[in-house]
Amino acid sequence: MTYMHIGKNFTPPDLEAKVTGAARYTEDFRRDGMVFARLLTSPLPSGRVVSIDASEALAMEGVLGVFTADDLPPSLPPANPALAKDFITYIGQPILAVAAESDLIAENAIEKIKIVFERRPFVTDPLDTLLEGGPDPYPTGNTLIRNAGEAAAGTTASGTDVGRIKWSLDQVTAFRNGREPVGATFGEEWAYGDVAAEFAQCKTIVEEPFVTIGYPHHSLEPRSGMAFWENGKCYFHGSLQSHTVGHAQLSAMLEIDPANLVFINENTGGGFGSKIFPYPIMAVTGKFARKLNRPLQMRVTREEEFYIGSARSGMQGWLKVGLKDDGKVGAVDVIIINDAGSGGGGSASSSAEHISLMYQPTAMRFRGIALYTNTTPRGAQRGPGQNEMASVLAPIMDKAAREGGFDRLAMRRANAPRPDAKFGPRQGGLSSSYMPEAIEKAAAMFRWDERVAQPKVMANNKVRGIGLGMGFHSAGANGYDGLLRIATDGKIYLHTGVGNLGTYSYAGVLRAAAEALQCSWENCVVVHGNSELNLPHSTYQGGSNTMFTETRSSHVAALDAIRKLKEIAAADLGGAADDYSVGGERVFLTSDQAKGLTFAEAAQKAIDLGGEYSGQVYPEDINATTKRSVEAMKGTGLIGVAKDTLPKQGTAPGFAIAFVEIEMDLDTGKYDITDYTAVAECGTVVHPQGLSQAMNGGGVWGIGMAGYERHVYDPQNGLPANVGLYQSKPPTYLDVPAQMLTAGMDMPDPQSPVGARGIGEPAQGCGAAALMSAISDALDGHLFNRTPVTPDMIVNHVAQNGFNTGELKTNTF
Amino acid sequence: MPSNDNMPEMSLYQPVQVEDAISLAGTLAERGWLVGGGQDTYGWIKDRAKRPEALIDLNGIESMRGIRETADGIEIGALVTLTELANNALVKERYSLLSSAAGRVASPQIRNIGTLGGNVAQDVRCWYYRRGLNCYRAGGNLCYADTPEGQNREHALFGASRCVAVSPSDTAPALVALEAQMVIRNASGERVVAAEDFFIGPDVDIRHTTVLRTGDVLTAVRIPAKWANAEFYFEKVADRNVWDFALVSISAAMKVTNGTIEESRMVAGAVECTPRRLTSVEQAIQGRARNQETADAVASLASQGAKPLNYNHFKMPLMDNLVKRALTV
Repeated sequence: MTYMHIGKNFTPPDLEAKVTGAARYTEDFRRDGMVFARLLTSPLPSGRVVSIDASEALAMEGVLGVFTADDLPPSLPPANPALAKDFITYIGQPILAVAAESDLIAENAIEKIKIVFERRPFVTDPLDTLLEGGPDPYPTGNTLIRNAGEAAAGTTASGTDVGRIKWSLDQVTAFRNGREPVGATFGEEWAYGDVAAEFAQCKTIVEEPFVTIGYPHHSLEPRSGMAFWENGKCYFHGSLQSHTVGHAQLSAMLEIDPANLVFINENTGGGFGSKIFPYPIMAVTGKFARKLNRPLQMRVTREEEFYIGSARSGMQGWLKVGLKDDGKVGAVDVIIINDAGSGGGGSASSSAEHISLMYQPTAMRFRGIALYTNTTPRGAQRGPGQNEMASVLAPIMDKAAREGGFDRLAMRRANAPRPDAKFGPRQGGLSSSYMPEAIEKAAAMFRWDERVAQPKVMANNKVRGIGLGMGFHSAGANGYDGLLRIATDGKIYLHTGVGNLGTYSYAGVLRAAAEALQCSWENCVVVHGNSELNLPHSTYQGGSNTMFTETRSSHVAALDAIRKLKEIAAADLGGAADDYSVGGERVFLTSDQAKGLTFAEAAQKAIDLGGEYSGQVYPEDINATTKRSVEAMKGTGLIGVAKDTLPKQGTAPGFAIAFVEIEMDLDTGKYDITDYTAVAECGTVVHPQGLSQAMNGGGVWGIGMAGYERHVYDPQNGLPANVGLYQSKPPTYLDVPAQMLTAGMDMPDPQSPVGARGIGEPAQGCGAAALMSAISDALDGHLFNRTPVTPDMIVNHVAQNGFNTGELKTNTF
Repeated sequence: MPSNDNMPEMSLYQPVQVEDAISLAGTLAERGWLVGGGQDTYGWIKDRAKRPEALIDLNGIESMRGIRETADGIEIGALVTLTELANNALVKERYSLLSSAAGRVASPQIRNIGTLGGNVAQDVRCWYYRRGLNCYRAGGNLCYADTPEGQNREHALFGASRCVAVSPSDTAPALVALEAQMVIRNASGERVVAAEDFFIGPDVDIRHTTVLRTGDVLTAVRIPAKWANAEFYFEKVADRNVWDFALVSISAAMKVTNGTIEESRMVAGAVECTPRRLTSVEQAIQGRARNQETADAVASLASQGAKPLNYNHFKMPLMDNLVKRALTV
């Protein structure tokens, strides 16, 4: 299909400001009389606050107040409290905030506050708390229980509780040593098919343990906030991935009517899943400002961002996989212990679903536990569950292929999810899948057959390794609202409540509206980033879902506007609405294009007509946020507004496959990535440069997951080692290939009006998996059974000095 | 847990003559702190782990800048940035070992502002010490890294004495290999210390990594002509290729005549609190060819005597491998 806008590059409206530095982020905003707040955080991994003496701090010149947990609704474990009091569960957990006339005074004041703490036992490795008699991270236990209870009035409890699961010494020892812990208790389980019977049919069975280590999001823009209150309204400058979805939740957090919250967030400096929804410290920002009745900037430092900025869960697991004679996966049995940090539900089931979809086993069983530790809270990070599973799974599946006598690519090809693929415990289906075609395309681009035949041993003690990996994430939802306004200046104002995470998809999705209206992009104005600008109820920006979800809502808003344009034209110029067409910022008689109205003229007539044409009347089924926005816009032009009620069945998938070639230096454990080729299967490509950016960025982070980034905690005192960016070691420009070859399948999904699905998460998962596969291949199929694989591990392996531990340890080296 | 990141209020002195800096350093003594590029300084002070009352900013002292040819080699001002050092034609031509080492420090941004003086005088990077724990080096009575559970992947193989931190400098091993002389001035005058003696381990003084003491100013580094245009080898292995400290580095200077190594200086970085001269390797290769056979014969001498901790065994084969490469490339 030939499109006017879809599939073509464009300049997003915020691009120039990003390049020049003019783009403003939360800490750039100032307000007359603004004060600064800083956090005092816990030096203990576990305990409680016995008493706080802030008298000396409060007596300092320029200090304005202290804000503690007592200023907030009670919070019960395992909810992540904005400020801790009775349950301190990690080093760096905020205890209180101090406000002062300057940032420096606030920092100085924190040193003057005396707190008496009571210590409690702590734990940094999930298997240590799982052991009978082992320490618990919370006084009441070590694991999440979803009791689905209603939150007690006035609390932030969320229908979850802390329970306790323990294993015997024999069970933990077996698991630590890579064996199935017979008779162990789990927190969650699911299965489909006859697992035992399918294993009996398998010619090749591989059983392996695995570890993936969690690591922080380290969003470049810390979660600072600035709030002030005027005339009963809270004006909040924040940093979220989402806009209108966050708006409602932030209102609830601040205990105000959504109509009284103005949320301003034009640009966001990274979130990676940690800023999809409002986070606890935002409550302190808003409520402390109200308490002082002063504009207040809550400034969060780089180190604090490590503590409260969320992190990926680690996994400790065991996997048994069976291949049949034809290379198809017959059965999978997997156990996953998730490190949920001091809060979070883990993502073990999602990890297992990745296996289920990407290898289509006939039967599968998953058992898991999300265990708390006294480490930073964990949350969604780009492909939570799926990506870390992809990375550690790839070399294990390579081993299965080798042992079964199959080419690694051929084995993936045999098991690839096809359009009729089923996955997960519910064995749900997909909206579409072109993954088999994507595998073929990527393999051809990479020249797999040619490369796999090349010698591995090179000069200077180097070896080649080639690998492949696949990524998946569900990539689309439905039911959100689209909103646009055609104004009397002839311009089309495209409103969106999608956050601006920096991917430009907030603007890209609006091109579906421009496409339907057949109008020039130059006459479109993107309206976003400030709830006073009247934004619709849009999806959260996360989970790869923006493209699919919001091209649908943009499309339905445009369809509503087109209907109104045609009706206005017919009423004014005669004939039936269907006699008219839209294009070139005009609505015109299809049979005589000279007869028509400009958009400016139509907008004026919409205002004159009133009613639904200019927003006095609007659909009942749109969200309250959208209704509020339409109310505010009524009478200002022609309003196109609708809820997405287009058909949707099954999961809209985002798929990607990557191939990697490395040259590994056996002397140093370092490797150069000499080729990186990745193909996205994300339906129609809406914005080629955006896709390229997503695939490259995801690939780079995948390299980080496979080779660099990890939590390191000292088990002696619960202290984290890598609170700074340089210590966390995301890969740098000299650690990744200068050229990364990427492409999109550009085949339409039938459930999107423009054929598009999202691709955010899989871009990382495929890269991490491919690199892990290549590292293993370079070492003749050796399995480290963990991510990341760092140079010391490779050097130890090559030296055969026995110092690569086989234990399933996480949060340490 | 403090998460400070503001510069606390303190006095700032900006002398333009080295004599004034020396006078200030002597007068302020423990209350003062010399700052050049600030790449070590600002972390300490913003974290409030070190609390000087005054900064003595050396950047206005022109005499501490520049790279000069001398009767016996070159003299490098302590304020020469690592970028200048890496790109200087004279250094690249005669002492490429040093320019290569300088070019691998941290990142381009840090090299643009970080100085040679700061790179050699910087404190250790043990993460426990940097987090402000009261370890031996910080005046306490225990080492958090040297325990059964200590996270000590980056720590020392040699020379541990209560503290197991390593020398983080990339240029220090190169300077030791080149037999550099460190020019130090204080109120009493000038003294010149061999680079090999400039760096000191915890057995000598656990609170200092160099011989610099209160009132001292490192003004310049002299490289003798002895090693000019010798055969050099530098390699740094780090997790990341930019913005990272070495896991192990090797700096080698060799005089080779007719294929035979007449004299050499082999120095490893990041394996001990000081740059570690590999004297047994130097002795073993004297009179032998610089080739694979020699490399295979002597490389394992490099790690001989190492006392690995729980997580840094890899440094032993890595040291050996780097020596092997120095002898074969």
